[in-house]
Amino acid sequence: MSLNYVKFSPGFEAFMPKEYRDMVEHGPFGKKTTVSQMGSFKEILEEHPMCAGCAMTLFIRLAVIAVPNPEDTIMVGTAGCGRLAISQAAIPFVYGNYGDQNGVASGLSRGLRIRFGDQPKDVVVMAGDGGTADIGFQQVLHSWFRKERFTTIMLDNEVYGNTGGQESGMTTRGAVLKMAPLGKKFEKMDMVAMAKIAGCAYIATVVPNTPRRVESCIKKAVLIAREVGPTYIQAYTSCNIEYAIPTDQVMADAKAVEDDRYKFAEYVSDEAKEYLTARYGYKEFVQKPAAAVTHA
Amino acid sequence: MENVSVIGTQNKKGQVITDPRVMMNEAPRTPSFYTGSEVIKEAVRRANVDVMVAYPITPQSEAAALCGELFAEGYIGDYFRGESEFAVMSQCAGSAFGGARVFTTTAGPGTLRAMENFPMWAGARLPIQCIVTCRGINSPLSIQPDTIEIAYLMNTGMLVWHAETAQDFYDWILKGYMVSEEPDVHLPLALCCDGFFVTHTKDTVDLTPADMCLPPYDPYRSPVPCMDMECPPVRMMRDPFVMKSNYISYATHASWQQEIWAAAERSRKHTIAWLDGLIDTENLDAEVLIVASGTAVSQGREAIRLLADEGIRVGLVKIKTLRPWPQEELREATKHATHIIVPEFNVIGWLAREIKSTIPRPERVIAGPRVCGGMTMPPEIIVEEIKKALGVRSEVLAGRGG
Repeated sequence: MSLNYVKFSPGFEAFMPKEYRDMVEHGPFGKKTTVSQMGSFKEILEEHPMCAGCAMTLFIRLAVIAVPNPEDTIMVGTAGCGRLAISQAAIPFVYGNYGDQNGVASGLSRGLRIRFGDQPKDVVVMAGDGGTADIGFQQVLHSWFRKERFTTIMLDNEVYGNTGGQESGMTTRGAVLKMAPLGKKFEKMDMVAMAKIAGCAYIATVVPNTPRRVESCIKKAVLIAREVGPTYIQAYTSCNIEYAIPTDQVMADAKAVEDDRYKFAEYVSDEAKEYLTARYGYKEFVQKPAAAVTHA
Repeated sequence: MENVSVIGTQNKKGQVITDPRVMMNEAPRTPSFYTGSEVIKEAVRRANVDVMVAYPITPQSEAAALCGELFAEGYIGDYFRGESEFAVMSQCAGSAFGGARVFTTTAGPGTLRAMENFPMWAGARLPIQCIVTCRGINSPLSIQPDTIEIAYLMNTGMLVWHAETAQDFYDWILKGYMVSEEPDVHLPLALCCDGFFVTHTKDTVDLTPADMCLPPYDPYRSPVPCMDMECPPVRMMRDPFVMKSNYISYATHASWQQEIWAAAERSRKHTIAWLDGLIDTENLDAEVLIVASGTAVSQGREAIRLLADEGIRVGLVKIKTLRPWPQEELREATKHATHIIVPEFNVIGWLAREIKSTIPRPERVIAGPRVCGGMTMPPEIIVEEIKKALGVRSEVLAGRGG
């Protein structure tokens, strides 16, 4: 771990922008910060160019608070709305080509392991539903089959938002969007099932209106990816523009969708449970003693 | 960062890290009889490569698999098969972003499938080395030698070198890292050869000692910070210019693209030093010059020998690097020539076009003979082209439209 990049160069303290000084003095680097402390520290993502009421931005904001070691985390993404926010965060963001984020992350994760050995360097992919399930599908699936050790997060707004509202593989059947003028003809792709088949060690579906749950899922996913295997989080992050959700209804929509097709679900492989318990002291996977059986 | 020399120490495999100039110019050489694919393996053995990503496509599959053997022997840090050339080049990019020395190989349709990555590599200043064993890319499917893919590579911002022989290949793989990793260059290198002719034929190649290797890549000698969270300043796209329609956005992109091409220009001085010039020349005072790259140079040499037997003196220019383009060298080398013959293994004649756009009196350039789709280029058709230019009668060669 190196915190040099969030220190002032000697002699430059007085000349650094306030935002930078705040990041050095009150940022989360080298500290343990949680979503419940929001408002009391300088966050990794603050200013952004996203639309008003964007649920995706809230999710990304939570996600970058949740990463266990922001000072040793590198994010990878591709084209899409999410990129516009992630690239404004105070951790590095790699943009390769359209849909190749899981290929870039595979190489990055391996290259960093060659150079730094067991020293944790967390690679986290955050890309949209189009980037993950459509154009990036092959590289996503193959990275999972190869058991690449990094986290993939899908920002699922069920539409190509950044290009103006086209149908994606993650759009629900029947939705009328650009390029689906008669409504989408096939079902929403079941990427969670594919992640399971491909061997992800941790899979979760979340919505952004449960911050502590988002935090918990991301922490687990990143920690498991360090040693056990690939991890996948699929987050419903609605596009209030393309789906015409009133700004003040965005969280209500998230709740409604959660109840409908985005129920919280978490899969943790046995190996991952053991690893979290032994290495990071997680209690939730410890087998509870069997209740005593009494025979009358 | 510590500033301690690694020269003389050993890498993980026990090879002695050697001053590259000593290794390439002074160390004893052992003549060895190898195929081009085996020569790639032997060069990579000595290149201290961190990551290689492989994918099968003829005619580079053997070289890519042989590098897997090197990994199994412990000479390469990590090695795996990607799922397509596009994926492979993305995986290479990731490793290079993380500060690793990266090697890969591709060919023909693979080069085209991967193409989105090459300008990205150049733009991200990733000094990846990609061997391109050229083959046909057209439909109907052809796996045979054809250099048309080089025409596409020349506009990506990558350095592009065109090896004639296996010996070129061996030396240039090692020297290529030295040039492309220079901080004022830091660009990817497409090291091309003509598939099959170089990869699948055996040749005597003088190898440097196997217990010597290049110094490891130092990712902190880079014009852009490496993405390892160790190197200040943190690298981030602070303001995503791409979505802005304003003058600052345009100016930023324009100046960066100009910087990439300027970096390729800056590679000139390093390349001249390592390759002993961007071109090789023979008999420049001759009235007729053959100007070629790749194995067309070898065929040109043979044509020159045949013509010498008939008392016709012909000179030769071997172009070694296409990017940077040897513009001044070509102007100087061709100043006495009245006829400039450019034999090529592709249908469009990209090399002749480049030369025509470079030299005064371009009408001197004869864009041929050209063969494509896997055809060989007998020296006799070069001889015929030269005789035609000189107005000398020659036997018509059957089936070649003479």
